[in-house]
Amino acid sequence: MDISLAHKQQKHPLMPAAPRWQVWLPILMLVAFLIGWEALVRLSNIPAFILPSPGAVGAKLANVVLNGTLLHHSIVTLAEVVGGLALGLTVATVLGYLLAKSVTVERALAPYLVASQAIPIVAIAPLLVIWFGSGMFSKVLISALIVFFPILINTIAGIRGVPADLHDLMRSLRATRWQIFSKLEVPASLPVLLAGLKIGATLSVIGAVVGEFAGANAGLGSMISLADGQYDTARMFVGVLALVTMALALYGTVTWIERRALRWQK
Amino acid sequence: MPIRLCGKNKTTTPKRETTECPDNLCVYMAQAGYLLDGLFYVTISAGDINLESIGIMSTPKLELRNVSKTFHANGMVVRALENISLAVTPGEFLTVIGPSGSGKSTLFNLITGLLEPDSGEILLDGVVDVVRAGHFGYMPQRDLLLPWRSVLDNVIIPLELRGIPRTDARTRARQMLPMFGLEDFADSYPASLSGGMRQRAALLRTILTERDTLLLDEPFGALDALTRRELQDWLLGLWEQFRQTVVFITHDVEEALYLGDRVAVLSPRPGRVANMLAVDLPRPRRRGMIALPQFGRQMSELLESLGVEV
Repeated sequence: MDISLAHKQQKHPLMPAAPRWQVWLPILMLVAFLIGWEALVRLSNIPAFILPSPGAVGAKLANVVLNGTLLHHSIVTLAEVVGGLALGLTVATVLGYLLAKSVTVERALAPYLVASQAIPIVAIAPLLVIWFGSGMFSKVLISALIVFFPILINTIAGIRGVPADLHDLMRSLRATRWQIFSKLEVPASLPVLLAGLKIGATLSVIGAVVGEFAGANAGLGSMISLADGQYDTARMFVGVLALVTMALALYGTVTWIERRALRWQK
Repeated sequence: MPIRLCGKNKTTTPKRETTECPDNLCVYMAQAGYLLDGLFYVTISAGDINLESIGIMSTPKLELRNVSKTFHANGMVVRALENISLAVTPGEFLTVIGPSGSGKSTLFNLITGLLEPDSGEILLDGVVDVVRAGHFGYMPQRDLLLPWRSVLDNVIIPLELRGIPRTDARTRARQMLPMFGLEDFADSYPASLSGGMRQRAALLRTILTERDTLLLDEPFGALDALTRRELQDWLLGLWEQFRQTVVFITHDVEEALYLGDRVAVLSPRPGRVANMLAVDLPRPRRRGMIALPQFGRQMSELLESLGVEV
């Protein structure tokens, strides 16, 4: 999967096209890894609360899927993540646009925006839970906070990156501000904005989990921290697995949107 | 009583000075300031004076009067244009030539209203218009096609910005594609087009502004010699058909002569009109005319006024 930031790199992948059979390489790696893991657990007698075998994790997974626990927690976390992403995206793009267009606004706000990034999100998560309760809203906020900065930076870069002569062309055609915004600035900055959203998508999952660790009664993060207290290590593995899947799915969705919206780049 | 004050700048309107005209009219017109030309037209035709005898048969499509522009950048003062005066008559093909840095593009930025002159005035159809944007089909140096739009959707931008629904605009533009040799590329993205085709697409976009004055800024400057000649002839064919007023900036002396009715030579910075030359070639132009003796003569005259040793 491509995690590069710059879009131009996508056109020129560093690796040459692989032969067909190599598609199976990652899966082969995974199987080898699982076999090695299972062998390690069996041969060395490591207790299950320290390292459960893949088999035990699989059994736990089947268990929580069947009794609905996993679905329940996943839905809560997903809602927090999507909410956080939406909130962070909205605030970051609006503010980013203003910052990009006005040097005055940038001068006034830039130091605080940068400083806000110096605050470790883990440190203020408990505070936000105290203020806004242990429900979903505090997690949405934490997730939005962590998503905010990369999208903000990319929005500014995208809008500022619109070539001046394209602006001149639109002005010579007497385009209104709204027309310049919708027909020039938005499409022109979309590649950079979507790159920011890609980073934001994976970060938003981290944000929600951090929030749930700080205090929650539902969600994958709270499921993990509960399992931690009960030495149910297999369940923790299941939680992590579900979070990874979620992050991948979100990343894949943004990539899909990107492919559709930026077809002209191919 | 002879008119002495009927133009703001007497040197640009010499014919009017000897014309009979009521005294109070002149004073009135002088007070009217920049509206002078418009009023002149109306007032005179209401009176008994024959317009032809005054020599203002047609108001210039575009007129620059003593336009100057200076830029300040990094503490440096750059005088781009100084006292430029130019008049382009309706339907005329005027080429503007000058060394690089003579403010050719600044000239267009002033005309299109992207910049305002420091002094002097710019008249459209004899009137000083505050909002000049949107009056011209302006084609900048780079083709500036939007990479995310197909060729068809690029050329309809001027129509779209005027509020014409996309489907209508597309229908209208599609009919024009064959004339521009773009009918097979309607749905291609600009990145997949050759340089010549991109320029043609940009030119179609300019034509679709549906303005009767076109400002073309070195449209063929970046093309190879063969494509350039092909497009010159094609542009002339197009112009014979539509007869818009064209101002065409170039740095190529041969191109300036071959295309233009008149050639304005700009001096190096600060740019001013160093020479104005009426091209001594019949229309329609043919490639072979390059071999005519007057072509060679005017070519060396142009080169001389550009400061090139001939």
